[in-house]
Amino acid sequence: MSENKNLAHHFDSYEQQVRAEKLGMWLFLATEILMFGGLFVAYVIYSGEYPAIFKAGAQFLDWKKGAINTVVLLVSSWTMAMSIYYAQKDQIRKCKIMLISTLSCGFLFMVIKYIEYSHKFHEGIFPGGFFSYSGEGFVEGLPLYFSFYYLMTGLHASHVLIGMSLIAWALVRTYKKQIGSHHYMPLEYVGLFWHLVDLIWIYLFPLLYLVE
Amino acid sequence: MEKNYLNWKKGLLSWLLTRDHKRIGLLYMITVFSFFFVGGVFALLLRLELFKVGETIMNSAFYNQIMTYHGAVMIFMVIIPGIPAFLGNFVLPLQIGAKDVAFPKINLLSWYCLIVGAGVTLLSLFLGGVDTGWTFYTPYSIETNTAVIPVVLGVFIMGFSSILTGLNFIVTIHRLRCPGMTFFRMPLFVWSLYSTAIIQVLATPVLAITLLLLVGERILDIGIFNSEKGGDPILFQHFFWFYSHPAVYIMILPAMGVISELISAFSRQKIFGYKAVVFASLGIAGVSFFVWGHHMFVSGQSEWAGIVFSFLTMLVGVPTAVKIFNWVATLFKGSLKFDTPFLYALGFLFLFLIGGVTGIMLAVLPFDVHVHDTYFVVAHFHYVMVGGTIMGIMGGFYYWFPKMFGRLYNELLGQVSFVFIFIGFNVTFFPQFILGMSGMPRRYADYISPYEPLNQVSTVGSWLIASGFVVAFFALIWAMFKGKKSSANPWGAKTLEWQTSSPPPHENFLKRPVVSKDAYE
Ligand SMILES: [Cu+2]
Repeated sequence: MSENKNLAHHFDSYEQQVRAEKLGMWLFLATEILMFGGLFVAYVIYSGEYPAIFKAGAQFLDWKKGAINTVVLLVSSWTMAMSIYYAQKDQIRKCKIMLISTLSCGFLFMVIKYIEYSHKFHEGIFPGGFFSYSGEGFVEGLPLYFSFYYLMTGLHASHVLIGMSLIAWALVRTYKKQIGSHHYMPLEYVGLFWHLVDLIWIYLFPLLYLVE
Repeated sequence: MEKNYLNWKKGLLSWLLTRDHKRIGLLYMITVFSFFFVGGVFALLLRLELFKVGETIMNSAFYNQIMTYHGAVMIFMVIIPGIPAFLGNFVLPLQIGAKDVAFPKINLLSWYCLIVGAGVTLLSLFLGGVDTGWTFYTPYSIETNTAVIPVVLGVFIMGFSSILTGLNFIVTIHRLRCPGMTFFRMPLFVWSLYSTAIIQVLATPVLAITLLLLVGERILDIGIFNSEKGGDPILFQHFFWFYSHPAVYIMILPAMGVISELISAFSRQKIFGYKAVVFASLGIAGVSFFVWGHHMFVSGQSEWAGIVFSFLTMLVGVPTAVKIFNWVATLFKGSLKFDTPFLYALGFLFLFLIGGVTGIMLAVLPFDVHVHDTYFVVAHFHYVMVGGTIMGIMGGFYYWFPKMFGRLYNELLGQVSFVFIFIGFNVTFFPQFILGMSGMPRRYADYISPYEPLNQVSTVGSWLIASGFVVAFFALIWAMFKGKKSSANPWGAKTLEWQTSSPPPHENFLKRPVVSKDAYE
């Protein structure tokens, strides 16, 4: 019975609806990958052309903070997956705990990112034309590296924020008892998005922080 | 009175908040034709300025802006949403026996994206306008002090409209076909929308990031497209055409789909070589991603890249020719009925053939170097986009008009307007081939006097086109409200949308259709 409430009028069955939604979600993820793909291609071109600049730029980043953030996002992907598992088992309390943990991981990620950004800003390492750092380790063309750094991490961080809002929305629905073994698909879709955000960071981290 | 989707609910809000794909299709209809009017007025102004040597009605700075808006409006607000979002929205679910598209709310959202994006783009008119041309090439688009940012952001938002429509269509085709509707029983229009949707979903995100980077250049001076900062303006062209060449097929593939429907219906034949046409559509979509460099033969990309892109581009001619052969073969065996939609289909065949063959000519590297950035190119892509897409939109509109409104248009006025548009089109654009061959550069506000006579012919042609559309417009508006009542299937066509009443009921079919035969049998 509870299934019918979640069934839109133009589908024949709940199963058909879920299959449609899943395909739509995967297509959406493909568009995200292609959008980030443009940036990655530009990165590959310029890092190939100016290896020295990109190596010098990476020295300004703290790989430890990057590594912590990688771990934070990996953990959050796990808690996200677990929240779906518990929703399927109707263990709603555990599901909520897992969602809140995921949300906290996202928050922690943003805090660390904020610390990194503000540290850079403090030194005058601003994006593009606002770049005003000329101290130790400066090389000609360094602003180009930081254009990539701010663009890639900035676009990624905006996706973290979107993902957090989606998780918060799913959490509210869980509190309203709209999510459980009868209807856990919204969690799956939010989860797919969150895993993508995680995946993109896993590529960004070595590309930006670990240039040798 | 019988209940149908038009009178199912009343009031403006029931339209603005509708999730019915048919009503959303009509919202797109109003939008697309309104922008077509705007872009058309810009075109008439351009032609008027070019009527005589020297300044005729506007100075060259203003000309550059009008030219930019003509291109941007026609491409992003008319031709790209034209067939998929307007005709496709209305027809696709009907043709596969579905009640709606997979995500009706997202469908509505995509219309709002178009409206908001178009609004932001046109807002720039009041912020000083923009003069970069619709391609926004760097470095000029970084340096000009005109309102590039709102235009680019508007196009970015309209991109979401295109992506969401494409995504919706792919899922609809995969998941909502009625019982018995196998993939190879789908009408060819559906296949063309499917191929188009793949391009919309895969190419548009690259345009999105490109435009974001351009905004980044203007606001933050990030330097990625700026050679002073170590960046590369050519990279912008690569990114831009990686989207915008496939986008040419967003414009032409659905028109080809419409033509398949028209040719089958008005020759009373099933399409000759159905599967070949299907794979030609998919083939064009596939190849379209690997030919973008033909826009950059003289930009400074490597010669080797130029040679490879030249050959790859010629490849597009193969599936395109397959389609044309199959259409002609279908006509060859058929008993023809010369109604207005069919006239547009014939117009398409004639004009698109010229557009296509000159496209192959332009793919030949040395020839392109000779006529690059001349009116030859302008004539070529107008033969493809107007001769192809606009013929497709108009033909499809006349064809499905009785289904949309349950009324018949006036056949005589339909044919008269077609004759004006078709002749006017050739009078306008054929001389531009000659002008281009003799060296007249495109985009300039002025020219030297030897080019004057043919330019005057071209401008007169633009008036003929405009007259044709004025006649078509009033005749169709009149028919919408006062036309003769239409039966469910006035053309005797075979596809599923003609099996339900005209106009269709709210959920398309009173009884769930079950299919047991091929599309055109
Ligand atoms: Cu092209």
